[in-house]
Amino acid sequence: MRPFSYTRARTLDDAAQLTHDDTAVAIAGGTNLLDLMKLQVETPETLADINRIGFGGIEDTDDGGLSIGALASNTETAVHPRVRSDYPVLARAILAGATQQLRNKATTGGNLCQRTRCFYFTNIDQPCNKREPGSGCGAIDGIAKLHAVLGTSDQCIATYPGDMAVALSALDAQVEIATPNGDTRRVPVRDFHCLPGDTPWRENVLEKGELITAVTLPAPVGGTQIYRKVRERSSYAFALVSVAAIIEIEDGKFTRADLAFGGLAHKPWHDPRITDALVGTVPSDEIFDKAADILLEDARGFGENDFKIPLARRTLHAVLQNATEAAA
Amino acid sequence: MSDTISVNGKQHSLPSDPRTSLLDFLRHDLGLTGTKKGCDHGQCGACTVIINGIRINSCLTLAAMHDGDEVTTIEGLGTPENPSVLQKAFLEHDGFQCGYCTPGQICSATAMLQEIANNWPSDASESLEGEMAATGEEIRERMSGNLCRCGAYANIVAAISEVAEESA
Repeated sequence: MRPFSYTRARTLDDAAQLTHDDTAVAIAGGTNLLDLMKLQVETPETLADINRIGFGGIEDTDDGGLSIGALASNTETAVHPRVRSDYPVLARAILAGATQQLRNKATTGGNLCQRTRCFYFTNIDQPCNKREPGSGCGAIDGIAKLHAVLGTSDQCIATYPGDMAVALSALDAQVEIATPNGDTRRVPVRDFHCLPGDTPWRENVLEKGELITAVTLPAPVGGTQIYRKVRERSSYAFALVSVAAIIEIEDGKFTRADLAFGGLAHKPWHDPRITDALVGTVPSDEIFDKAADILLEDARGFGENDFKIPLARRTLHAVLQNATEAAA
Repeated sequence: MSDTISVNGKQHSLPSDPRTSLLDFLRHDLGLTGTKKGCDHGQCGACTVIINGIRINSCLTLAAMHDGDEVTTIEGLGTPENPSVLQKAFLEHDGFQCGYCTPGQICSATAMLQEIANNWPSDASESLEGEMAATGEEIRERMSGNLCRCGAYANIVAAISEVAEESA
């Protein structure tokens, strides 16, 4: 690890000041950041420890929703009584990721900001436009099994690796962000992460000196909530494809179909056209296939990850089938 | 830095180099070599310790971040003369071969049984609510952060199951 200075922030203002500098990085759980610092992918000169600035609580909001503090651990969120009863897709997504030891340390804010697990990004001897702009992308013609099939660019085909944010996208949660001038702005999770485009190093909309303070869930919507994660082993592996679904069926027709997908893109993938195509229709193999056609219309594989395209289709089909059976 | 950390009930000053992981602090600075360094990247679980009752990977956290925290390592769970129930069960069931992952396995399992007692669900739980049980499937899922490259898994699960049944 490269030498750095360590400072403990006591307040949000402290944290904003300490991280305003380009060479400073905030540390919360540290499970991803310290790993990348050991690999010298991240080389901050200053680490600002934000663990003691508050923002760890999980509280009801005035409109019946739930505010999850940026520093709440993933475990605290997954075991919270209201998350388990009102937002099961979120509890399931968190529990499907990492290990108990990691979930005990990982935080809401850190989980949203975690970096890709692309092998070229994490190996400083390899080219990577995300880590070293202009150096090229090793994955496009390389080992690309984990990589994206949607929203890629000729600069980067990395995926966002998390599970939690996929459920938050399906739930249409909002990210609460404190700006350096003391204001708060809110960004839907669906708009928080960026596609790689020509700026693959820019992974989310946070500006320098901004900090996530909470994620807010809307009032519970009920329905059948499913998080289906397909991976190479049944525990402690990143998603090849995952689907978060909140489905309601009334009088034999879809009345709600909020879906988000993991493992397919540089961000949790949400396509409102899928909801539009499903709502009002009678569940059937044909309509499930139509939803998959919309999802995968512009999908493009890179050899090793070609399998993700039929896998995404089958996983979506299975989730919609399960939800239909659950509603029957 | 003048801050302190409690390890197995004893107060210690935190290290001066902020790069020191909690794992290196325990092993090198305090000589508590029961906690093992396997991968040093949070993938194997050999470095698992319990902080304020919660199990974590000590390789993926800085000692400097633990001012005021209470750490329990394998040395704090039991001794050869007075082993903990899990330590005894691992011996009785041959829950290891080379033994390198064992301290992490036992620290992890100690906290894991408390998580089940708290009725915290896992990915293997059929329902997110209600009482959780220490079935073989649950134990395997909940212990997936602790690798054993000798492959003593069957006996590890048997040892943990026995303790879970006794305390149920």
